[in-house]
Amino acid sequence: MLNVGALNEGFVLDHIAAGKSMTIYRDLGLNKLDCTVAIIKNARSNKMGKKDIIKVECPIENLNLDILGFIDHNITVNIIKDAKIVAKKELHLPKQIVNVIQCKNPRCITSIEQGLDQIFVLTDEENEIYRCKYCEEKYHDSSKRKKK
Amino acid sequence: MRHLMSPLDLSVEELEKLLNLANDIEHNPDKYAHVCDGKRIATLFYEPSTRTRLSFEAAMMNLGGKVLGFSSAASSSAAKGESVADTIRMASCYADIAAMRHPKEGAPLVASMASRIPVINAGDGGHQHPTQTLTDLLTIRSLKGRLDHLVIGLCGDLKFGRTVHSLIEALSRYEGVEFILISPEELRVPDYILEELRAKGIKYKEVVRLEEALPDLDLLYMTRVQKERFFNEEDYVRMKDFYILDKAKMELAGPEMLVLHPLPRVNEISVEVDNDPRAVYFQQVQYGVYVRMALIVTLLELEV
Repeated sequence: MLNVGALNEGFVLDHIAAGKSMTIYRDLGLNKLDCTVAIIKNARSNKMGKKDIIKVECPIENLNLDILGFIDHNITVNIIKDAKIVAKKELHLPKQIVNVIQCKNPRCITSIEQGLDQIFVLTDEENEIYRCKYCEEKYHDSSKRKKK
Repeated sequence: MRHLMSPLDLSVEELEKLLNLANDIEHNPDKYAHVCDGKRIATLFYEPSTRTRLSFEAAMMNLGGKVLGFSSAASSSAAKGESVADTIRMASCYADIAAMRHPKEGAPLVASMASRIPVINAGDGGHQHPTQTLTDLLTIRSLKGRLDHLVIGLCGDLKFGRTVHSLIEALSRYEGVEFILISPEELRVPDYILEELRAKGIKYKEVVRLEEALPDLDLLYMTRVQKERFFNEEDYVRMKDFYILDKAKMELAGPEMLVLHPLPRVNEISVEVDNDPRAVYFQQVQYGVYVRMALIVTLLELEV
């Protein structure tokens, strides 16, 4: 297996569904960070068959990982300090998601006013339902993995 | 500063206070004739709606205030590409309160987020129309004396009708309400609303024939079956004729049953019913002015 060196300080995002790593790279805004990022695609996994992994070397307060809870609950987040795993972050559904997903309701005000933030609010935690803040249309995403 | 985006923005207690104020305005109009002296309402109507706009304007004028605004997107700077947020920032300099009607859902919320003055949602697409719901609630409470323990029949287009959805949500907060949902198979209440009713343990029944429901009702809320919802003319004609409330059908109803309609009425209530004392849809229009007056006074935080 391809070997990518250990981190001193940062995160390892493991058990990402194969093929999803680039979406997460964009959604977390990693493209805007001036730090080392390694993306490993299609790594072998006993549990998943194939998986993606992202390693990010940056101070741990630099990234807001809340959005990962929305993208996929099953991702494992290892927090690294001094080259050791110091914590595993538990993922929760964020209460609000800003400018990550878009409202698909053609009657929504966001369909004509492009400058508005795309804001979705968690309205039903048990059923993982997000609604557009403006028109209250439910967000549907068939590509999401179910909670374990 | 508060805005009104949805009827559920108001708690049951706040709603009661608002309806009490509306009734006081109804009985003592002179007391309120000058409470808005020197105040202005901006009616920002991006699509035509004669009834709602005139109701807001009449409400402000009854309170001694003045009105300004536009009645279609073509006559506003939206035609030049101005955003909703910029329009309300501009209106905030001219007026003390605004009522906004917009074809796009959520536009009044966008306005409220940028506004320095209270914003009232006067209807946003198929989403919300809170002042219609407040009008319905005031009419029911004034003429029935209560909002609880009522059997309410809703008839017509229950699938797309936003007034029906809002009214069900608003009345679901009161004890002992029961709904009889009268519609053709194609225009039934959406599942998510029925799920909410089941979750709250509220009794409801779905029926197709109006005649079947009439004897049990305290209240009949009629709506228009809209032609554009149907794929073929034949179905539309069948449904349209199915729900004409006429004198003969009114005989099946109890002596105390009230008939409401958000208007405009086309042919679903025969004009021969208009003189029946149980037909209160034109009184409903009058209550719409009282409740908007009460809302303006409340949102402007005026002491009377």
